[in-house]
Amino acid sequence: MTPLLQVENIAKLYGARIGCTDVSFDLYPGEVMGIVGESGSGKSTLLNCLAGHLVPDRGAVKFDTRADGQHDGGLRDTVTMSEPERRMLSRTDWAFVHQHARDGLRMNVSAGGNVGERLMAVNARHYGEIRDTATDWLGRVEIAADRIDDRPTAFSGGMQQRLQIARNLVTGPRLVFMDEPTGGLDVSVQARLLDLLRGLVREMGLSAIIVTHDLAVVRLLADRLMVMKDGQVVETGLTDQVLDDPQHAYTQLLVSSVLQV
Amino acid sequence: MSDYNFAYLDEQTKRMIRRAILKGLAIPGYQVPFASREMPMPYGWGTGGVQVSAAVLTPDDTFKVIDQGADDTTNAVSIRRFFQKTADVAVTEATAEASVIQTRHRIPEEQMNAGQILVYQVPIPEPLRFLEPSEVETRKMHALEEYGLMHVKLYEDISQHGAIATAYAYPVKVEDRYVMDPSPIPKFDNPKLSMPAIQLFGAGREQRIYALPPFTKVVSLDFDDYPFEATKADHACDLCGSTESYLDELIVDDAGGRMFMCSDTDYCTSRRKAGHIGAQGVPYEEDAA
Amino acid sequence: MISIENVSKSFTLHNQGGAVIPVMEGASLAVAAGECVALVGASGAGKSTLMRMIYGNYLTASGRIMVGDVDVATAQPREIIALRRRTLGYVSQFLRVVPRVSTLDVVAEPLLMTGTPHDEAREIARGLLARLNIPERLWALSPTTFSGGEQQRVNIARGFAYPYPALLLDEPTASLDPINRETVLTMVEEAKARGTAIIGIFHDAPARERLCDRQVDVTGFTPGLAA
Repeated sequence: MTPLLQVENIAKLYGARIGCTDVSFDLYPGEVMGIVGESGSGKSTLLNCLAGHLVPDRGAVKFDTRADGQHDGGLRDTVTMSEPERRMLSRTDWAFVHQHARDGLRMNVSAGGNVGERLMAVNARHYGEIRDTATDWLGRVEIAADRIDDRPTAFSGGMQQRLQIARNLVTGPRLVFMDEPTGGLDVSVQARLLDLLRGLVREMGLSAIIVTHDLAVVRLLADRLMVMKDGQVVETGLTDQVLDDPQHAYTQLLVSSVLQV
Repeated sequence: MSDYNFAYLDEQTKRMIRRAILKGLAIPGYQVPFASREMPMPYGWGTGGVQVSAAVLTPDDTFKVIDQGADDTTNAVSIRRFFQKTADVAVTEATAEASVIQTRHRIPEEQMNAGQILVYQVPIPEPLRFLEPSEVETRKMHALEEYGLMHVKLYEDISQHGAIATAYAYPVKVEDRYVMDPSPIPKFDNPKLSMPAIQLFGAGREQRIYALPPFTKVVSLDFDDYPFEATKADHACDLCGSTESYLDELIVDDAGGRMFMCSDTDYCTSRRKAGHIGAQGVPYEEDAA
Repeated sequence: MISIENVSKSFTLHNQGGAVIPVMEGASLAVAAGECVALVGASGAGKSTLMRMIYGNYLTASGRIMVGDVDVATAQPREIIALRRRTLGYVSQFLRVVPRVSTLDVVAEPLLMTGTPHDEAREIARGLLARLNIPERLWALSPTTFSGGEQQRVNIARGFAYPYPALLLDEPTASLDPINRETVLTMVEEAKARGTAIIGIFHDAPARERLCDRQVDVTGFTPGLAA
């Protein structure tokens, strides 16, 4: 089986300071990988390098692209591919779920328009069909169909986050980047979102990379885990194995620091 | 003639603007940045159009200015006088006699011909502006032809009003490449954007010039199931009886009385001179006013 | 089906002065298809540790743990994930689920993960829940609020939803009343009859007698003693 994403020796430096360095891993279709670490550990820098929001100083981020008219498809380095191609990827095969929904939504555009944007970006030009698809997706993220013409500003935090997910998944991406997707939400809202994400990942066969500092979230969502500290990966493995039998001193500290409820 | 340089601007500035115009004509629909000058009038009063007019006028030109179709509004009158004073060019109100027409918010009803230049005053040249506030991002979107966002605006229109409610500044795609704001002309005028005359667009405050060479392909954006429609008030002109022209609605008394009349004053007057009379019209007389 | 050869394990506690605690050495055992083997030994002897190592939950320091044709001791995470999805089931003593998910979906999930259509998966889940006497009015609720015995039965239903060729059972009959205990024992027997290789921990001695073909005392794998 070909990996969907092959990350080789990614490094991003901020002057003399290390953002992240020496990061390599393979992600296979259908896999969900969690990246954990404390604030400043480089996990967000890494995610932004992978998603093309930051240009890494070293390394390759190879994605198994689909064949199209111009290319054969297969593993291609997204760091060196042309910007139009990378931007095309980021609105078709890739998706990015921001921690703050307002960073990932257009707050002055209706829910339907937010979901429809990615369809229109790939040249959907039939209003009725765009609206039907948007309605279907709102239903899948448990937003009532009669809210389709409301703006996200009229939505609760949890609804905004679900809308952001619908907006991202409507084009059937194969790889989803998530930056603290449940951060800032009430615990009950978090649970609902986690359930939703699990269902979508399973049904759509999505691969995902989730950055979070919440170990409970990764235990429920991620198949694999990568632990970062000071810009470096200190431990990787199966999620439950890393959490239940941590090998590195830092991971042991992280796991033992979680408050028990 | 006064002590001003011909058409107010100095020669170097006019050369700079002409270069921007030529580049705009070479890349139809592309917004060319230019070093907009301070003009002796406030931004929003047509400083972009005035600079473009200044750059294209020659002493032999005949100049016409319209504002919302009318030759006799304050803005039109002052710009016309400005070039009479600074360039000493001939002026006219007749569309057919003018070689350069500066316009705000309209395209003349009368077919424009090869050899004529239509100069538009543009308040906001960036069609993506209201959806994407970042100039860096909108430029990138133009460069990479990422225009999905433009349809989001039309989608919002339909979802809120049941139809594409954008009635003016209706976005168009030029030669299958650049999405362009045709300035706030009514969408009724959009089909006329492909014409034998040269069209130049000047935005003074935003420092952009763009252009449409003669017979450029200009397509108004729409959805398959909500096609573009050039609409106007469903009336005939009450003065000249025309059913073809774009109409202004005028409230005439406190009892809700109203009349519709051509927004293009030259067109209306010409028709009345030719003997056409609308529902509330009277036969044309010289110096009737 | 399951074959363990010369396996060892130790824990290093970096935050407690780097103390190294060896917990297992020279562990070997094999379980054939249709066979049930009980792990016995005093509390703390390493029964659960070995079980977790087989499931890939604990890392193995050395040796081989073959489940089918996968060596869990050296497999890549994705190989273990695939193994857990289709080959190796695990009924632990604890139910760990996303809050808010209905009991029915919790039980159906292993089937959904392997591509069983929704309706069919739910139908199988209903059958299991009914058989384990979980009242139907609870099926739509999340099991997080259930009593210990109810949670245990939901856990068993989930573990038996997909017909894994190999199964790990950690105290499946603990905290069950006699009727449900009997049901669970029957379910284990049925799995054996299907050819499932089973490794279990049973403090319930009669249950162990009834189900298991052999016993392996893990005390023999304790470092220091084996030498």
